Formats: sequence, C-alpha cells, structure tokens
Amino acid sequence: MKKILVKGKTQGIILKSLNPINFLGTVDKQTGVISDKNHDLFDKSIKNCILVFPNGVGSSVGAYTIYSIKFNNVAPLAMICQKADLTVATGCALANIPLIIVNENEFSSFHTGQKILLDTESLNPITNI
Amino acid sequence: MELTKEEESALKGEQGEIMQMAYRILVATGEATDADKLIPIEWAHLSGVNYNTIGDSGEEFLSGISKTARVKVKTTLNPMGFDIDNVSNYGLDDNFISKQLSIRKSYEAMGVIPSFSCIPYEIFDIPKEGTHVSFAESNAAIHANSFNNLKTNKESAFSALASAITGKSPYSLLRKEDSPNITIRMKVDNPNEMTYGMLGFFAGKVGNDSVNISGIEEMDRRSCKAMCGGMGTSGTCAKFLFGDGESNCEKVDFDKKEMNNIYDELNTAEKGDLITLGSPQLGLEEISDLTSKLKGRSFKKRCMIFCPRIVKDQAIKIGYTNELQRAGCEILADCCTCLTPLINKNNVDSVTTNSIKGAYYLKNSNGVDVNLKSISQIIKDETR
Repeated sequence: MKKILVKGKTQGIILKSLNPINFLGTVDKQTGVISDKNHDLFDKSIKNCILVFPNGVGSSVGAYTIYSIKFNNVAPLAMICQKADLTVATGCALANIPLIIVNENEFSSFHTGQKILLDTESLNPITNI
Repeated sequence: MELTKEEESALKGEQGEIMQMAYRILVATGEATDADKLIPIEWAHLSGVNYNTIGDSGEEFLSGISKTARVKVKTTLNPMGFDIDNVSNYGLDDNFISKQLSIRKSYEAMGVIPSFSCIPYEIFDIPKEGTHVSFAESNAAIHANSFNNLKTNKESAFSALASAITGKSPYSLLRKEDSPNITIRMKVDNPNEMTYGMLGFFAGKVGNDSVNISGIEEMDRRSCKAMCGGMGTSGTCAKFLFGDGESNCEKVDFDKKEMNNIYDELNTAEKGDLITLGSPQLGLEEISDLTSKLKGRSFKKRCMIFCPRIVKDQAIKIGYTNELQRAGCEILADCCTCLTPLINKNNVDSVTTNSIKGAYYLKNSNGVDVNLKSISQIIKDETR
C-alpha cells in the first residue's frame, strides 16, 4: 500500500538509508552532504538521488533545510519513506519534491544503486528501469 | 482529507498564491497524519527564525511571502541568532546581522509577535484545557501536549506557518485520542535534569506518536523541559502520558545501560572550553535557582546563559543579572544554545552543557565536542 504525499514524476538511482534523518543540523544546505558520524549515510551527498529512508526526525526547522537544498540544487529527485512525518512532508510539499510512503515490505525491497521510474500519477508509481 | 468549498477554492489558487501554498502544506500534513478534515486552532508557534538554520533561501522565502501573507491567529516565534544588545561582542559578520534583521522584519510584517523564544509555554498565558494549537518548536509541542493540556501535532516549520496563515490544522489522530502502544519504564535512580533529558531522547527513539512513561516521581520544571527537549531531538514522538498505560502495551525499560549508551553517544569530551545553559531557554525560575546556587561563587570559564527577552528584562529588574554577571555569566536574550552562530568550531573545541538537545546540535551542527554535566555538577566543578 502506497500513499502519495507529494505528487511528481522523475527517474533516478536509489540511495537508501536504514537510519532516520534529522535534516536540520545533519544535512549541509550547500552540498546536501550528511554530517552525522553515527549515520549510515555519513559523508554522502543526497543530491539528485531517489532518497529512501525510514522517516525524518528532530527539529521542525528541517522543513526549511529541505526547501534550502532544493533551492541550492542539491536536493534528492524524490523521497520514499516508511513513515510519514511532518517535517519531510511539508518540506517536500513546499519544495515540490515527490514523496511516497511505502509499507515495510516494499521498503525492505529497495536497495542502493537500484534504478527506478517514479510517477505518482501512474497505477504503479514505482517501477524498475 | 475532506475540504470545504472555501478550502477547495483556496487550494485551487482562487484566494491568491499565499493561501494556495498554505493549503498545499496543510493537505500534505493532513495526508501524513491521516486526518479527515481541518479544524480551527487558536495559537501558532513558528520555528524557522534563526538565519543560521534557514539560510538565504529561507530569508528570501519569508521576505517574499511577507509582502502579502498575514497571520489569522495569535502567532509567536522561536529564537533567532543573537541578542541585539551584545551582538558586537561575538564577531558575527554584517551579512549575518542584516539577514537576521530582515527575517525579523518579515515576521513582524506578517503580524507575528516577535517573542524569539522556544519556551512559549512558560512566558505566555496557557489557553483553556483541550485548546488546539500548532506548535512547531519540538520541545514546545511536546510540553504543550504533555504538561499544558493543549493539543498540537509535532508541527514542522511550514505546517505551523500554514496554520498561522489559515487559522487551521489537520484533525490528526494525535489531536483526537491518546493511545500509546508502548510504555517506557523509568528504572534509573536519583535522576537529575540530564537523566530526564536522556529519558526523553530514548523515548523519542522508541516511540511513534506518543508514549507512556511509568515510574516517574514528581519532576521540577527544569527536568520537564529537559525531557521535552531530548524527546523532540531524537524522534517523531509528540506526547508523554504518565502511568503504566494499557496492559497490552509493549514494555521497554530505560535503565542505567540505556542511559549510558545515550551518554556515550552525546558526550565526546572530558571538559569544555566554555559552558552553555539554556536549550530550551531558561525561564525566570531557573535563573533564580542558578543565582541562589552560585552563592557568591564565580565561573572559572565563560558561561553563556540563553533566555527569552521578557525573562532577561525581569531578571534585570529583580537583580539576578547583576549577580550572574558578577559570576562571569554572559546573558543572551532572543537566542538559544541550539544552532547558535555564536559558538564556532574555529575558536571553540568543546562545550560543557546539561542539555541533551543542546549537545546533539552542538555536536552535529556546530561541529564542536560536548562535555555533558548536570547543573549541580557544573557549579561544583566549574566555579570557585
């Protein structure tokens, strides 16, 4: 069961994290690089990928971080989460970054490097290419 | 989510771009929280004020919308980056100061009360029980739900802004009922405010929307704030309920081992170059308590104290600030430890604080090491 929170269409390569992301404070607004040493995406940039992660956590200002990385052209093409949280949902809504919520099985089926087509208007919004 | 005709028309853009943007955000919020309709709220508290956190894109966004956007309900504001009274002591560049003042101007143009505080629950009158509000600051949302009998989502900066502009918020599960599926059993003896901060941090990691907490004795205000701050930092959880909860709740222990794990995650230094107090900002009660705890002693190193403007003004009147300045403290209104631009890894290696929330952001965002100590330990070790 998929839930579409922000509509859109894109294609790209998945970057998957098993850790929640605190956008404020751990994602660099200029580069999109993750600075939290305890995070599994430490030192990686989330620019131009399809970012798959469980959910956002922490400060409500993370929504501005999502808007900022879009503004600075270092945002993911789309995001796929397992749990909806307001920071990610509203940040993506304002920045027009497509956002889909998937169930646990679907979440575990994704892997880093997988190339997918994401189209929220399609009957099957996520397909391998 | 069902929208009224008027709400539909706003979403289509028939009431202007600002309303369309606000309703687009509310619809995403509603879908994310499984809400079926929008309901009126009486008070919005906004985050996204400090230039250090929202940057140029945030400043431009606010400047743009402030030309036409106006808030419909009482709206208060999170801390900004500095205290204008003493900003010249901290070597911030002119660009930072002018961008920060532009952000201030934009919020004021929209009709927002420039409170610059992350503890609105301590400096404003609390509305009657059950009132719906929209608080973006995470510690304030959790405090409102858990200690003030108010109802709010753990709003994002944008969902609270959309609520301020429309006077509405999605009627989410969190606003309707309390049904935590997990109970955390507090098993640490003789807790201080840092223990409660770590308990909150732990609860935020294991809980979803709300958690039961059992085994808690009476808490002072400092501990309540510490717990809300810790919880807001680590997770999506927005409410504590005190007690054992339903019998079918999953039970998780917060014991010494769990506490030490969190301590080891956040404590990265043996000592600090300077001390910060206030994340969440200190209220008058904590400032009064600190003054009496000092009993004429002075700090051996810099000690930065963050509080709301109204608290600083009261502290000046009562004479607390004189005593704190004598002890070597720097008192900063309108800003906070969390995401402060006043602490920079180029001239500070490590900071001593009793705040779990502060520790997390000092480490991850400011890039400095953190030495965690309770307030009583700080006074014991760091003053003479």
